[in-house]
Amino acid sequence: MKRRNFLKACLIGGTTIALGKTNKGWASGSFEGYPEAMGVLVDTTRCIGCRSCEAACNKEQKLPEPDTSFDDPSVFEHDRRPTAKAYTVVNRYQKEQPSGPVYRKVQCNHCNEPACLTSCFVNAYTKTKEGAVIYNSKVCVGCRNCMIACPFNAPGYDYDSATNPIVKKCILCYDTRLKYGKPPACVEICPQEALTFGHRADLIKLAHERIRATPDRYVDHVYGEKEVGGTSWLYLAPVGFDKLGFDTTLSNDPIISNVKDFLGMVPMVLSIWPALFSGIHLLCKNQEHDGHGHDTDSNQEDTKP
Amino acid sequence: MSSYKHFIVAALSISAISVSSPAALQCAPVPDSVTLNPNGKLYSPFTFNHAKHIQSIKECADCHHHTTGTLVLAPNCARCHQNSSPTAVVSCKGCHLAAPFSPETLAAKRADKQRYHLDKMGLKGAMHQNCIGCHNKLGNGPTGCQDCHPRTKEGAAFYSTNRKGAKPAHAEEE
Ligand code: SF4
Ligand code: SF4
Repeated sequence: MKRRNFLKACLIGGTTIALGKTNKGWASGSFEGYPEAMGVLVDTTRCIGCRSCEAACNKEQKLPEPDTSFDDPSVFEHDRRPTAKAYTVVNRYQKEQPSGPVYRKVQCNHCNEPACLTSCFVNAYTKTKEGAVIYNSKVCVGCRNCMIACPFNAPGYDYDSATNPIVKKCILCYDTRLKYGKPPACVEICPQEALTFGHRADLIKLAHERIRATPDRYVDHVYGEKEVGGTSWLYLAPVGFDKLGFDTTLSNDPIISNVKDFLGMVPMVLSIWPALFSGIHLLCKNQEHDGHGHDTDSNQEDTKP
Repeated sequence: MSSYKHFIVAALSISAISVSSPAALQCAPVPDSVTLNPNGKLYSPFTFNHAKHIQSIKECADCHHHTTGTLVLAPNCARCHQNSSPTAVVSCKGCHLAAPFSPETLAAKRADKQRYHLDKMGLKGAMHQNCIGCHNKLGNGPTGCQDCHPRTKEGAAFYSTNRKGAKPAHAEEE
């Protein structure tokens, strides 16, 4: 929540002053996702923490070698989050329970109404009709608004690439697989079929059917069905989702509702961005403070690294 | 073990099967061992000791669901199948598809509005869950990946087990 408040303060502050309210007609929660959108149902009761999915992702996305091997269980000692070098990670919870630990695979959840997309000034993100949220590194300016906006902490930032610093995250294997109707690499390799690939709408039915058929096995909730307007990745769990590191405080309204005021100006910013940015830069560099419009400008400046 | 007659030749095609004893003509032989993962890239093929499992488990249906042997008792299956006779299909592969998420499979599922078993597991998932699940439950079978099938060189590279500083969980010398 803090992150989003920060985002709101930074963005709306500057942009509503500049452009006023928009009438683009984003109604909160009105978008149910693309009807043909695909998704993945993660059944945490099936996952054995083998991390094959991490290894498969690493190869498929041509990510750098990991620090330790993909069968090194010591990584489970700390909670991890996705990074620019690992688009997905598996964490372990409930280790002290007699019923055994529960493993949870984490990656970009591919929101129906992605906060990363709406927070991006240069339209680097796209929600494809297949359900994937992809990004275009060529237009990304590295401002990292998306990292602040994402309710799931999904995007990572590649600090190593000095010339082309880029935000990176799971893209549901869009280029190599999803586009052709094929399941992502992690799903294909999973030995336990903890990951089920299919149409998002079907997966929701499937998830509820699993709960109905084996009510002792699951808590009665499908995480991602409604959260932040719904996500393409859905989760089933044997215990409360809060015990597995899920943010259970997220509302069912998309993050977009919180920031919609500034959305309408995105295309405009796209066209005026270079001028705007160099202007701010000059202002900050050459002028002492106290100038008129300082607030607006410094707010804008805050959104840059 | 009264239901060997239900083991039909065609159905027994999990993979390469080594047969040790001939059986009656119209019946399929019960294999003593089965080679699983015959075309494995990351993990080598391995021999599943069927005979040993028959000895220790006794009930074919524990693994083969309602395909053979005793009637199903699992409440969810029994709702429809309590009076079903064993089906002709015996091998895992006979029902569980090798590519459960292929575009073709998903399209077929969508097209068939009457389909009941929508959530049927794929072959790999079914076998692993069956094996590992039972081994966990009985506490006397292997549960680690390489306890059953050793990795190939390619597999070791895939999991980055050979790199410097890497700490493989199941120390595996290759
Ligand atoms: S999980 Fe985060 S990065 Fe992924 S689509 Fe949603 S907001 Fe964007
Ligand atoms: S490959 Fe499947 S079982 Fe293994 S850690 Fe990933 S989700 Fe869990």
